[in-house]
Amino acid sequence: MQRFSALALLRNAIGGHEAWRPQWRTPEPREEYDVVIVGAGGHGLGTAYYLAKEHGIRNVAVIERGWLGGGNTGRNTTIIRSNYLFDESAALYNHALTMWEGLSRELNYNVMFSPRGVMMLAHTVHDIQVFKRHVHANRANGVDNEWLSPEQAKQFCPPLNISPDLRYPVLGAALQRRGGTARHDAVAWGYARAADALGVDIVQNCPVTGIRRAANGAVEGVETGRGFIRAKKVAVVAAGHTSVVMAMAGLRLPLESFPLQALVSEPVKPAFPCVVMSNTVHAYISQSDKGELVIGAGTDAYISYSQRGGLHIAQHTLDAICELFPMFRRMRMLRNWGGIVDTTPDRSPIIAKTPVPGLYVNCGWGTGGFKATPGSAHVFAHTVARDEPHRINAPFSIERFRDGVMIDEAAAAAVAH
Amino acid sequence: MLLIPCPHCGDRPEIEFSYGGEAHVARPADPAALSDEQWADFLYARTNPKGVFAERWRHTNGCGRFFNVVRDTISDFFVAGHKDGEPRA
Repeated sequence: MQRFSALALLRNAIGGHEAWRPQWRTPEPREEYDVVIVGAGGHGLGTAYYLAKEHGIRNVAVIERGWLGGGNTGRNTTIIRSNYLFDESAALYNHALTMWEGLSRELNYNVMFSPRGVMMLAHTVHDIQVFKRHVHANRANGVDNEWLSPEQAKQFCPPLNISPDLRYPVLGAALQRRGGTARHDAVAWGYARAADALGVDIVQNCPVTGIRRAANGAVEGVETGRGFIRAKKVAVVAAGHTSVVMAMAGLRLPLESFPLQALVSEPVKPAFPCVVMSNTVHAYISQSDKGELVIGAGTDAYISYSQRGGLHIAQHTLDAICELFPMFRRMRMLRNWGGIVDTTPDRSPIIAKTPVPGLYVNCGWGTGGFKATPGSAHVFAHTVARDEPHRINAPFSIERFRDGVMIDEAAAAAVAH
Repeated sequence: MLLIPCPHCGDRPEIEFSYGGEAHVARPADPAALSDEQWADFLYARTNPKGVFAERWRHTNGCGRFFNVVRDTISDFFVAGHKDGEPRA
């Protein structure tokens, strides 16, 4: 692996940038692997990296239908936070947040993690009660989160309109200062590069078309567009397509896939200092380092795999953005796209073994998987390598739905997150 | 935005409707007889197919009635529809 450093940059600059090489190989798939990971997004590539680095399992392939990082990894609004209500969620997301803080150094790849603060707006009395409950629960779990008055919120984010005559006035806010954003593509690329350097094969443009099982029910391998690949273990990290892949093994999961939209504006000078989320009016906004406003909308109502959503959903979000941030009213939006998010009934992920021996699944991240990428990949690699969950993801089993031990962030947040 | 074929009123814009999820998820006749696995499967497991999908909608801001349609979840085009209680299309 070519290591990145100021010196390497200087050396290559002097050499006219002729010496840079591709950051990962494009290998033909081998006949057999110890672990085949289905899906080369951040979570899948990260899983491969931690399998190789922490568990010594290097005979690993990551198989991707499209191009790596081209699914929800490249489509989300890059918000990172860990201020979830329940102990189980706080442990999982805070594990991830702590890993984000050292990720660029770990991967020798700048993921541009920027802890600029995530501020969540409260617009109703119910919001205030819920957010204050979050703040107190988070403090008890060692997760930073603090309550701000409307005036303090405006001080933290000057473009914010705190006029009391708004349709949804700002009555306060919860601020997680350690939260922020990261460059989504760089996360996929950084993990791909680091995993590749440890011997992991990343096979792109190779759809998985079937999961082959032996007579005893255990996984034997995957059928792909490039033929059968034998595998001792198969780990599915296919986000919105998880139901489709798991159906190949005869499994039905508590998942539904919905389109979730995002938009970016034309790039402008730095004008927006933090991340602001308003769950009540479905508006999520930050400014990228390129200068674009990155705006997230809510999900569409219906199941779809079309990777686009209804215009009225995006318009609803823009209505809220224009009211909360009047200075953006004349901004032009450049692009609008959708990703397909797999949601569980309790809006918490599933990171678990399955009833099929040798088959593992990491799914159900719904509208908020990006923030968890390093932590999710880390505990999932542990689950696959040891055939038993890590302490942190043990509660995120499939059986929790049977046993009624939900981690009900849906009720806790009352909205998409 | 979808243009949804309400079998009672005709094609109407999506904002007039509320979503009812997967169709033909019948409540078990004798819930007490079910195992925990079967009950969880009824409550939570869904087909979530990529392709042809039978789903329910309610024309909330129209006739107010539930109905079933079949939609392709790749293209979002409606394939067929029928009134509630009528045989499947």
